[in-house]
Amino acid sequence: MASDVLLSVRELRIAVEGVEAVRGLSFDVRPREVLALVGESGAGKSLTARALLGMLPRGATASGSVRLRGDTDLTTQRGRRIALVPQDALSALSPVHPVGDQLAAAVRSVARVSRKEARARAVAALDRVGIPDAVRRARAYPHEYSGGMRQRAVIAMATVNEPDVVVADEPTTALDAELQEQVLRVLGEQREAVGAALVLITHDLAVVREHADRVLVMYAGRQVEQGPAARVLDRPRAPYTAGLLASVPGEPGAPSEPAAPDEPAASGEPARAGGRRRRLPTIPGVPPVPAALPPGCAFAPRCPLAEDRCHREEPRPWRVDDDHEVSCHRWDDVPYPAAELFPEPRA
Amino acid sequence: MSPNQPLLDVRDLVVRYGRVTAVDHVSFTLDAGETLALNGPSGCGKSSTVTAVLQLRRPDAGEVRFEGRELTRLTERELRPVRPRMQPVFQDPYGSLSPRLRIRDAVAEPLRVQGRWNAAGPARVAELLDRVGLDPAYGDRFPYELSGGQCQRAGIARALASEPRLLVLDEPVSALDPSVRAGVLNLLADLQDEMALAYLFICHDRAVVRHFADRSIELRDGRATEVTPAGRPRSPGAAPR
Repeated sequence: MASDVLLSVRELRIAVEGVEAVRGLSFDVRPREVLALVGESGAGKSLTARALLGMLPRGATASGSVRLRGDTDLTTQRGRRIALVPQDALSALSPVHPVGDQLAAAVRSVARVSRKEARARAVAALDRVGIPDAVRRARAYPHEYSGGMRQRAVIAMATVNEPDVVVADEPTTALDAELQEQVLRVLGEQREAVGAALVLITHDLAVVREHADRVLVMYAGRQVEQGPAARVLDRPRAPYTAGLLASVPGEPGAPSEPAAPDEPAASGEPARAGGRRRRLPTIPGVPPVPAALPPGCAFAPRCPLAEDRCHREEPRPWRVDDDHEVSCHRWDDVPYPAAELFPEPRA
Repeated sequence: MSPNQPLLDVRDLVVRYGRVTAVDHVSFTLDAGETLALNGPSGCGKSSTVTAVLQLRRPDAGEVRFEGRELTRLTERELRPVRPRMQPVFQDPYGSLSPRLRIRDAVAEPLRVQGRWNAAGPARVAELLDRVGLDPAYGDRFPYELSGGQCQRAGIARALASEPRLLVLDEPVSALDPSVRAGVLNLLADLQDEMALAYLFICHDRAVVRHFADRSIELRDGRATEVTPAGRPRSPGAAPR
């Protein structure tokens, strides 16, 4: 595997104000691969992304290694070799400069080329993300772009220097369904066009199913499960992954039929009979805060399968099969579909 | 209101901004206890439709009949007793609560504004918080001290304080994590069953719409192009996908 790994992260730990928020994360990204980092708010996804980019917030310290093609000293290379598509396209572009100028400036910040050449690359990047009449549009300001075009311009900005890895932090959260699809498609095309791998940060499991090759599920700063996206989503081995899937309508882990089929739907009384049937399984409780982690497995207090050992010992990653790892003492006992593990108590 | 009349009956609603027609003769009905989803891309007229239904912006033409009364021709004063009965819940859980009000005051505010605050007020607020799954002790906190899901629950408690019949839910779960989202959707389903609330539900996520809505309308360029049963499974094996 060594030779075809593009980005290799080993034992990444990130502490914010002395409290560890990412606790020993390891993963590899191969060329042209899409890796999804999945987890709830506070799981450490965005911190991980920022560590890849070397943009940790003030007060945060990292240890472990991030290697790009075996190269550990990334300080001078970031921006060209690892690029970010930020969450908020509106604030990622300066309102007071034409879009083309901003892209050209990005080119000249990493490459010694003439203004004319930088300009040409900027226009080419806009053209590549499907902005019509790119020569003219390059002279326009962000406010003259529609929301979807602005999101594309931000992708153009991230790919203009043909990076090895593009990190997209929740690129679709603020967009409507059609724009989401477009943005993800453009990101996919860019990945092909410039040969970059994509690290996609999201909490949307439908996006993972549709667009990711591999998925890494995080909880409280650690890896819960990692493997090929289809395999993890179709047969999750960690109770946490199973619970997340069960809570998403339309995912196979969720009950397509009612969790509590206590009354058959009386015909002629459609809507009213429905409510009881619409309940989704949820994971009880809330994620722990990094400063007050429980002993043992961080998920144990919320886990329906937890036993004594889970409250004492932190589980190590276990290879379920070739390419699929799970960190859970009881992975072998996780049923599927797992909805019945997470019954919703009547509120 | 006669028993076979819908709770909300919108006919040929038109909203114009200058020369742009944002909502172009949209019609639909909504019964008590029913959920109708409004779908469509950004700019299709979803928000214009619901602001006109709520009479926050008066429509340029058409009728909005709520509990049997035509609202578009009512004066602001005549609308005052109607407004509490149709309440919005917004997408951004933090943005919909004043950052300077403690949760209990935010939930009490509608009661105060409507002149219904009395000795039973504090107990009513505690009951509402409990009803949406928040420990009443959270009443002492400010919005920034709550998680997104807790904030959204507080926003729902605030809407319920007015004893509404209709909730307009504008992307109520889009900003939430999946397992938190499931909890809020369950809460909304329970409340609907208990109080026969009608929901006008704006949501991007098609899977959520299929799961949660009874029917859905597709808006495009201000026109309702499609009215479909949302396809919630009614019998085993009838599940979509």
